[in-house]
Amino acid sequence: MSLDLPLIWAGLIAIAVLLYVMLDGFDLGIGILFPFAGSSAERDTMMASVAPVWDGNETWLVLGGGGLFAAFPFAYAALMPALYIPIILMLLALILRGVAFEFRLHGRARSKPLWTAAFTAGSLTATFAQGLVLGGFIQGVTLRGLSFAGGRFDWLTPYSLLVAVGLVAGYALTGACWLVWRTEDALQGRARRWAWIALACVAGLLAAVSLATLYVHAQVAERWGWNGRGFDLAKLARLSPIPLLGGAGLAAVAFGLRARSQGWPFAGAIAVFLSGYLGLAAGFVPDVVPYGMTFRQAANADNALALLLVGGGVLLPAIVGYSLWVYWIFRGKVSADAGYH
Amino acid sequence: MHFDALLLSRLQFAFTIAFHIIFPSFSIGLAGFLTVLEGLWLATRNEAFKVLYLFWIKIFAISFGMGVVTGVVLSYEIGTNWSVFAAAAAPAIGPSMAFEVLAAFFMEASFLGVMLFGWRRVGPGLHFAATALVAIGTLISAFWIIAANSWMQHPTGYVRLANGVLRVTDWGQAIFSPTFPLRLGHMVLAAFLTTALAVGAASAWRLLKDPEESESCLALKMAIGMFAIVAPLQLLVGDMAGKEVLRVQPAKLAAIEAFWDTQRGQAFHIAAWPDRAVAANRWEISIPKLGSLITAGSLDAQIEGLKGFAPQDRPPVAVVFWAFRVMVGLGLAMIGLGAWGALRAWRGDLGHDRLFLRACVAMGPAGFVSVIAGWTVAEVGRQPYVIYGVLRTADAVSPVTRGEVSVSLVAFMSIYALIFGFGALYILRLMAGGPLAGAQDEAPAMLRPPGYALAAAPHEPEEGA
Repeated sequence: MSLDLPLIWAGLIAIAVLLYVMLDGFDLGIGILFPFAGSSAERDTMMASVAPVWDGNETWLVLGGGGLFAAFPFAYAALMPALYIPIILMLLALILRGVAFEFRLHGRARSKPLWTAAFTAGSLTATFAQGLVLGGFIQGVTLRGLSFAGGRFDWLTPYSLLVAVGLVAGYALTGACWLVWRTEDALQGRARRWAWIALACVAGLLAAVSLATLYVHAQVAERWGWNGRGFDLAKLARLSPIPLLGGAGLAAVAFGLRARSQGWPFAGAIAVFLSGYLGLAAGFVPDVVPYGMTFRQAANADNALALLLVGGGVLLPAIVGYSLWVYWIFRGKVSADAGYH
Repeated sequence: MHFDALLLSRLQFAFTIAFHIIFPSFSIGLAGFLTVLEGLWLATRNEAFKVLYLFWIKIFAISFGMGVVTGVVLSYEIGTNWSVFAAAAAPAIGPSMAFEVLAAFFMEASFLGVMLFGWRRVGPGLHFAATALVAIGTLISAFWIIAANSWMQHPTGYVRLANGVLRVTDWGQAIFSPTFPLRLGHMVLAAFLTTALAVGAASAWRLLKDPEESESCLALKMAIGMFAIVAPLQLLVGDMAGKEVLRVQPAKLAAIEAFWDTQRGQAFHIAAWPDRAVAANRWEISIPKLGSLITAGSLDAQIEGLKGFAPQDRPPVAVVFWAFRVMVGLGLAMIGLGAWGALRAWRGDLGHDRLFLRACVAMGPAGFVSVIAGWTVAEVGRQPYVIYGVLRTADAVSPVTRGEVSVSLVAFMSIYALIFGFGALYILRLMAGGPLAGAQDEAPAMLRPPGYALAAAPHEPEEGA
């Protein structure tokens, strides 16, 4: 029996990227919401709610880069130069917000506000840059053979800007829902208001991005059965679980917020992300560089993929296991004196 | 010098990776130090170990955080700036790079959360396990990245297929390149040495202020114990690694020693001004025949000089020559400091020898400088190749423009200067305050959210107040 190694690795990388978006999404969202907190103490609590887990969350991004390099080097080699500016922008922004976790604890009167601002600006910029990367990816990359052959600003279009704004709203939503789940009292009430506002923005932007995506490439329109005037209902019906999942997620957030539920808004926000992710993926699979390089063309040598699978097969279940354990250790409301030693 | 995308990409990669290596060098050693401290505290219940643990973990948290964020950069920069290299090297080093993430980064990141914030959430045994796992994670990380780098220095276990693509034929050879064990040992010892010198300097600084501070005296003794043993050991391992360089990268060895002619009984140049333009040293201060003895173990050994290689195959000489001398010079100073410290500690009364304490403070940054100098020797000495003998650096660069890379280089330099400045300030401020500064503040006026789980820093004023 021979395994379809490229297919397995395409699935694993796709899951890694999805986990990244879901996990780092809410802690980047906390940063986006930072300026709206009522007090410095509230900001401390917001940051404390993600401080033990943000590093693990961001490691999925490293796996996204390192894994793409290892499993699909030709895609990695084509995408990174194509998206040079937004990728570098994202990295720089992640540096600023990452060091802010520690630096904010050590800053005194003058430099603490600096790192509060760096956390906000870094989170917002990193999210926006990720949106530009995503938008630039979905609208397609110009290739000659397997190499990037486009211009340096190809990624900058109204579409990618729209996606970037949508991603900011999406991360803000998951961040707010995380706070509803993990905080209490005044901050939780504030987080509910943020979640309502973010929910309205996400609903509108999700619809706008969905429609705009139908126009970025003929293949996407064809997959969704859109001919410019109307939908081919047979094609649309096959993919309809995806938008239905998104609608259900939005509804779960809304009803969860109204019912003052602790966990449902966050679960709903995750469902919205899953829907958006699958909805975009439906347009470009099996490409890893839309619309010119499939995952098979991009794949590394089979013996490298096989070795990777042996290691990944042992290590990935362990990673999932201890990551869940760490979340379990830090479960429950972030109260004022919880982890204080 | 023409600043094209290639040169700018080289500068950017050199800058970002040299900046990055500072933090792992510190974190590898510090994680081990913290494991020892926590283990000793659990075993002996001597509160001094706990005080030291809670002090150094704060410095560790800052250093580790800076290491993480500057490390994420590298996993993308290989693609943004070196896409041709990425596509060519992935069949051989892709698995090593991915295993670094899978086996090390996740473990470090996850258990770091428990280590920093879980003091009250898990029992002491489990907390100690988290500390130990972070320490092991840092070593696993070093293992895989040195494996990948060793293959780039001396690629083995592969064939080149008809279409030019590389294919590994023997993973044992591709992952464990013959140069790998010594290079890994050299790097791990360097990290321990760097950390011991930093811990020694911080403790000596405290003792200069207060010669009776028993925690700092204990930490200084531990640091001396480490560098007095590791510094001579490092000389030995470094010498063995150097002999490997002579065997597999003779051009690099010739650059390290500024040997131009192939001859028996090469002189050792203590100082020189090697100039590639004239293919000679413009001036040199030398000891006859010692060069052959040091590099090959015999006064009459014939060592190949740089003129044995075509001009386009020679690495830059002056940078490699001088970086090597900085590394070795500081290494010898470390051995001297270790011997001096061992003597002082044996005689007792460590806290009152102000000259020795000042020397410890002065040597605090020596490890970091040596690590950067050593990597400069390794990486610049490999030029003009990125994969030695296989792919030239000039052929490895991405299809990016000069404009893009100039902007990103300036942006990296600005942001790194900012975070380095503040990171160094916060670390030095903690060091100056000493291990008891936080510990005395066990019951703060206000309770804190879990973000403040690490013992007790004094309460900071409200922002903007």
